[in-house]
Amino acid sequence: MITKSLAPRPSSLFGYNVSLVGVVAFAIILGWTIVALFAPYIVPYSVGDIVDTDYFGPISDQLWLGSDYLGRDMLSRVLMGARYTVGISLAAVALCCFCGVALGMIAAVIGGWFDTILSRFLDALNSIPSKLFGLVVVAAVGSSIPVLIITLAVIYTPGAYRFARALAVNINTMDFITVARTRGERVGYIIASEILPNIIRPVLADFGLRFVFVVLLLSGLSFLGLGLQPPYADWGALVRENIGGLPFAAPAVIVPSFAIASLTISVNLLIDNLPRRIRDRSA
Amino acid sequence: MRSEVSVLVLNRLFIAIISLLIVSFAVFFATSMLPGDTASILLGQAATPEAVAGLRKAMHLDEPAILRFMGWLLGLMRGDLGISYANNMPVAQLIGGRLVATLELAAITTFVSVPLALLLGITSAMLRGTYYDRLVTVISIGVISVPEFMVATLAVLLFAVYLRWLPALSSTSEAHTLFDLMKIYAMPVITLTFVISAQMIRMTRAALIETLKTPYVEMALLKGASRSRMVFRHALPNALGPIVNAIALSLSYLVGGVIIVETIFNYPGIAKLMVDAVATRDLPLIQSCAMIFCLGYLLLITAADIIAILSNPRLR
Amino acid sequence: MTTNLVEIRNLKVEARTDSGRVIEIIKDVSFDIAKGEIIALIGESGSGKTTIALTLMGHAREGCRISGGKIDVDGRDMAALSESERAKVRGTTVAYIPQSAAAAFNPATKIIEQVIEVTRIHRLMPSEQARRRAIELFRALSLPNPETIGERYPHQVSGGQLQRLAAAMALIGEPKLVIFDEPTTALDVTTQIDVLKAFKSVIRAGDIAGVYVSHDLAVVAQIADRIAVLKGGEIQELAKTEAILTGPSHPYTRELLAAFEPKQAVRDSRTGGSIAPVLRIDSLVAGYGDLQPNGLPAVCAVQSVSLEVEKGRNLGIIGESGCGKSTLARAIAGILPAVSGTIGFNGSDMHRAAKSRTRDQLREMQIVFQYADTALNPAKSIADILERPLAFYHGMDRKAREARVDQLLDMVRLPRALRYRYPSELSGGQKQRVNFARALAAEPRLIICDEITSALDTVVAAAIIDLLKELQRELHLSYIFISHDLSVVEAICDEIVVMYGGKKVEQITRETANAPRHPYSQLLFGSVPKLDPTWLDNLVQDPELKREYGHG
Repeated sequence: MITKSLAPRPSSLFGYNVSLVGVVAFAIILGWTIVALFAPYIVPYSVGDIVDTDYFGPISDQLWLGSDYLGRDMLSRVLMGARYTVGISLAAVALCCFCGVALGMIAAVIGGWFDTILSRFLDALNSIPSKLFGLVVVAAVGSSIPVLIITLAVIYTPGAYRFARALAVNINTMDFITVARTRGERVGYIIASEILPNIIRPVLADFGLRFVFVVLLLSGLSFLGLGLQPPYADWGALVRENIGGLPFAAPAVIVPSFAIASLTISVNLLIDNLPRRIRDRSA
Repeated sequence: MRSEVSVLVLNRLFIAIISLLIVSFAVFFATSMLPGDTASILLGQAATPEAVAGLRKAMHLDEPAILRFMGWLLGLMRGDLGISYANNMPVAQLIGGRLVATLELAAITTFVSVPLALLLGITSAMLRGTYYDRLVTVISIGVISVPEFMVATLAVLLFAVYLRWLPALSSTSEAHTLFDLMKIYAMPVITLTFVISAQMIRMTRAALIETLKTPYVEMALLKGASRSRMVFRHALPNALGPIVNAIALSLSYLVGGVIIVETIFNYPGIAKLMVDAVATRDLPLIQSCAMIFCLGYLLLITAADIIAILSNPRLR
Repeated sequence: MTTNLVEIRNLKVEARTDSGRVIEIIKDVSFDIAKGEIIALIGESGSGKTTIALTLMGHAREGCRISGGKIDVDGRDMAALSESERAKVRGTTVAYIPQSAAAAFNPATKIIEQVIEVTRIHRLMPSEQARRRAIELFRALSLPNPETIGERYPHQVSGGQLQRLAAAMALIGEPKLVIFDEPTTALDVTTQIDVLKAFKSVIRAGDIAGVYVSHDLAVVAQIADRIAVLKGGEIQELAKTEAILTGPSHPYTRELLAAFEPKQAVRDSRTGGSIAPVLRIDSLVAGYGDLQPNGLPAVCAVQSVSLEVEKGRNLGIIGESGCGKSTLARAIAGILPAVSGTIGFNGSDMHRAAKSRTRDQLREMQIVFQYADTALNPAKSIADILERPLAFYHGMDRKAREARVDQLLDMVRLPRALRYRYPSELSGGQKQRVNFARALAAEPRLIICDEITSALDTVVAAAIIDLLKELQRELHLSYIFISHDLSVVEAICDEIVVMYGGKKVEQITRETANAPRHPYSQLLFGSVPKLDPTWLDNLVQDPELKREYGHG
């Protein structure tokens, strides 16, 4: 009697569709941000102190995440590592998205040779595999924090540019832009007032996606020894220094990976489950 | 119509060549920015001012960058990759065997991951919404979101530490039988397969779902076609272009993946060679390895784009 | 008692909205279809006509489900059957001709393969026989080159031909019931006639029953035996075609009929004195692509068109798709600058490119576009959209702007509370009114209306036309009204320019509207369906003329 059943219904909050998954993901991200901000005040042990006579120690009451290859508390090291992973990645993504989106919108509206040259140049930049680029630049100029941030930003700017430009080009073809143009509006007004509000949502989603890419690349570089140098350690570097614990299945080598995973998976889930305004309309 | 296609394809190839030139310039420029005076580093203890000046002259280090770049590029095209600083051997000789090893790894991974990904991607699109589909989606999103070394370490933990089925490190010199060889390749291949397949599955599934939503597939349903007929006769042929495009793009991730995998498993491939070369600041080696990687990456991306162009049925 | 082919009783269809609420989109519908009878489902968009038609195949679109009632087709209840049993009925007993044939054909497969696919799925006959049957159907549907047209791919064939090929695809299974889902909506009037005639002849020959879904009463009058008028998922009235056309009983049906023949405004007759035209165009040439050596653009869409619009009067521009009328509108507005010719506005010369025009010139000539969805910025509230031109053109301050927005909303007969809403919350008709209000905010002399009613339902469009007429009286505006719909243009315009192939073919005044002189105008005017069931059968068109001007 009935045709195929309908999809499950999500809950509603203040006229927005919110899902449980989105809320949990948001909570995790918020948690790590707070940790990154206040790490020095919440670490149980100082980061450099050797607290365990046994290295690669197991999970215990004193050491919630075990001890690392020198006998230092893993929990403290992971909490401090959050500062670098989250901080550097956030800075890089903010830089790359700001540049990419601004350039993308301008290129879409102005068009002409500015658009062509910029697009070709950034496409060429995109043809360099990201790990390779990071590797070569870091090998050349070293891996101080500003260099890392700028390199990561440069690697992912072409992607942000391409995405924002595609969105802006789409909006540009709409009649309300034509109306604004024939009114005599200037380029600045069109970009800020007509185009930007319409692309802000997908751009934020892309921001999240790019954040995940940057975190993964930073961790990969640190794992290869080319990212953050000792004594500073982000999560990737923590995996690198504790890799000797792998045959013993020590928590020290696994925990930083899980920290990375919790952050990146949460961001991905949040993007897929952003609250959507309910319009109460059928398909 | 044929000429339209040829124009688009040639255009794309031309762009690829330009990109290659820009990339090679970037690689050259970046590596020649390495700190320290190359000549004095090479001479080490014997670095007297005259010796350094002489070596600089012999290595053409005093010439303007552009000329050095052209010289290097021409050398590359002739097959002359320079002499490795660290090992004092022609780079080409060093790379030869290692490149083959990496290509073997990539080939095995491709043969394993592509059929697996196609199977999982197509079936999860056909059975959209079922528990099977949700499981596949969750696992593939999980794998895409985490760093490759995490997949590698978990694989080692599972197969080498807990189950003890496989050895953690690869050393082909210890292999005596085909079975031994397989056991050595297994870990790196498993790790790479997970990473690449996850990408492919996501993209294949999305491409097929997109085609399943089209009006002509609905029309087939309204003609009384069964579900499998809709998928195999109508949706798949039209999704083939996007799917092959997805495969080529996913395989380009191999370029980054081998760098991690060869390092963590100590696999004697060209990626490990390059990572080691960075540590010793071996310029010619780094440059040649980087160029080979970029070339491979560009080939795959360009192939993906050209397939996307060719698969547009309106250009027939 | 004759048994009916189809008996629908108490049909209910539910849909789930994005808030999770379940609403009934078809509420308790019942009707019968006898063998060989064509019944039309007519109504505006959202009335549920396609949804009902699809239930005859036991199919509901994504997000919807059949929640109650019986749908007896040839003795079997489609609602109660399993999916595989329904699949057996589809194509063999019931067939479907989609609205957009272009989208319904697989772009990667040859046409003939798709046409005979039904015979393969249900194993009705061997391939060779199926092909021959398909070619017979092509011939019966008056398709050109019936033997070879099947070897082509869908994108190599025109829209009208594709629609007839879709009919062949439906008829090859020799169904007892065919569902026509707005099959001629996307076609030009001249093409529509061929397609309708082809349908009619094949249906008569095979004594096939049909459900014809449409919003166009005149088209439906040509082909249907009975008409069901739908609104909001319920049948308002169901009667024989003549009865509906001559004496409808339900008020909604009357409203629909009235919208179909919009009243023509009473105009003061010109006494003949020369009044300066508000717009004068001389030999305008415009197109797309690079300039060729001869000075013309690569694709010349407007070839040397001249016309005039007098103050307070309206000019209509009519033509079929591809005739250049939209390009002409954009050339006049300066959005797509013409390559040669002159434009005189309000007595003085005006630059061809909008960029070079003065602000006042831009302000006094406004353009309103067809799709209100893309003409209003979805990220801005109605108040913001209307206030911007006020600030830009007139430099009004906050209080003045707010008061004026209220005035503008009153002028277009919209409630003042709408100012806080966003375009996505408005209906199509409301959005078009806001679109118009934005043009009025500039206080223009001339408004170019580019197919503004083409995307709207007939009733809503008729209301917009009334609004335009009232505003013209109040504000002394002039309109250039561009459309492909002759009845709409006749309702509002004093003079009509007919375009074909980028050229102005004829200029008609209201007096000469009944007897156009140019052969193309005659063809065009003659192709518009009338509310007379015998019109199509009695229609005689010169095949030479059709070949010369038709699109196939």
